[in-house]
Amino acid sequence: MKLVEVEGLIQRFGDVVAVDGLTFSIEAGEAFALLGPNGAGKTTTIRVLVTLLRPTAGSVRIAGLDVTRHPTRVRRVLGYVPQTLSADGSLTGYENLLVVAKLLRIPRAERERAIADVLELVRLEEAADRLVRTYSGGMVRRLEIAQAILHRPVLLVLDEPTVGLDPTARRSVWDALKVLRERDGTTLLVTAHYMGEAELYCDRVAIMNRGRLVALGTAGELKAQAGGAATLDEVFTTLTGDTLESGGSYSEVRQLRRRLRRFG
Amino acid sequence: MKSGSSVGVSDVSVELERRIARAIQPLSPWERFVSFVNASLVVAEVEARKLRHDPWEVVTRVVQPILWLTIFGQAVARARLIAGQEDYLTFMAPGILAQSVMFTAIFYGLAIIWERDAGVLQKILVLPVPRASFVTGKGLGAGLRALIQGAVIMLVAMVLQVHFRANLWTILTSGLAVVIGAGVFATLSMLLATLLKTRERFMGIGQVLTMPLFFASNAIYPLDLMPSWLRVVAHVNPLTYLVELLRNALVYGVAPGALRDWFVLLVWLIGLQVMVSRRYDRVLL
Repeated sequence: MKLVEVEGLIQRFGDVVAVDGLTFSIEAGEAFALLGPNGAGKTTTIRVLVTLLRPTAGSVRIAGLDVTRHPTRVRRVLGYVPQTLSADGSLTGYENLLVVAKLLRIPRAERERAIADVLELVRLEEAADRLVRTYSGGMVRRLEIAQAILHRPVLLVLDEPTVGLDPTARRSVWDALKVLRERDGTTLLVTAHYMGEAELYCDRVAIMNRGRLVALGTAGELKAQAGGAATLDEVFTTLTGDTLESGGSYSEVRQLRRRLRRFG
Repeated sequence: MKSGSSVGVSDVSVELERRIARAIQPLSPWERFVSFVNASLVVAEVEARKLRHDPWEVVTRVVQPILWLTIFGQAVARARLIAGQEDYLTFMAPGILAQSVMFTAIFYGLAIIWERDAGVLQKILVLPVPRASFVTGKGLGAGLRALIQGAVIMLVAMVLQVHFRANLWTILTSGLAVVIGAGVFATLSMLLATLLKTRERFMGIGQVLTMPLFFASNAIYPLDLMPSWLRVVAHVNPLTYLVELLRNALVYGVAPGALRDWFVLLVWLIGLQVMVSRRYDRVLL
């Protein structure tokens, strides 16, 4: 069953074409990675998918529902973890979850259990009563995943979930996602910077460049297509003509620094 | 992490389709309304929780009104600049109370710009909750802050020998007026945020705006002193009506106050709320 269907998606901002005729679909239960250099249109695509942006042209259907025609219903099947660390630093981890649980109107009787469940899944039980401002980057990310899965979404969309994290923290984020998939069979859509992670944790990989899809398949298929490349990094470089920078645009770097300062 | 192929695929997909079907059922208007009210209250609750973690914020915000009362108020009272006001300090105290409500609330829109930059807004807008509830909830949250702040200023005013007529009715009237007034200015501020979109522009305009709102009102002098064109501005200014409600209640003991005053404040509040709810998500672009 196709959970996500993107057809001929075009997104323009004035003269800039951020997404230029994108077509792909994601099977239910899959872990799908969207890769591409900065400015390839990954985040824009994600924003259309999660109902934050109306597409200029083309259609996006999630669970058979058009995202522009039924945004509120689509929002009930998906969970979203944005790129920036967005948990509220002035509240505790538990409170961050409580707020979302209340917004979702999870009945009082089930609320505590639902919160305890997701806390256990992301392994934050012990830190639950600390202010989030004292958390490490990896802990914040895991808390955000917990927030995004409280209503047990069928599809979890994560925009650069591991960017700016150290290897251990990145590992802990992927571990949490792994447990989530085993438990709920949740479909994952992830944009990523680190090719190795996509290769290791995702079933299929799509590579975008300048708003278009340039490759789609399993990591193995892509390597074969690229004439037996040894790593996904090599495939990426051949296809996009860019070297993979971990840097990013000025504003991204500034944002990242600000975030790191905020969370120590 | 790759999906295991040995799992009973058909079971999984049947269960999945059931989950999806349950999730995407359309909501009835009543359910949407309940969801709206519930989410508004939760958003306000978040503000309350933040205040509880950091109560000093309120303290820092009452410093300015206290300076107005102790420095400006004392000097003007001594100079008898404003005729017909025997007890100037008592006359101006409700105006200063209203001013402090406005000053705090008018920068509330910064919060949504900040939340956009931090990604909080995006996350909230993707939750299956009516988007208007965040605007209403923020307005309520501003009201709550203003209420606490107002109570502190009232106490300080009492210490400064301001002659307030404090009884249950005048206090209730003032409290409600403060909540609605804060809601008006907070929502106005959010409207600015959706138009201006960046912190820098917002700070500039926010500061420019407080000046006419404050001085083209009856906060620190009666409307009779104004030239007629300025009086017209003051009559549109929501602050004038907030001051009038507070002054009538606290100085003259009139509660619940004039219907016209409540009406004007509510029209401002509802009008702004509707406008902001409609363009709230545009602050993202």
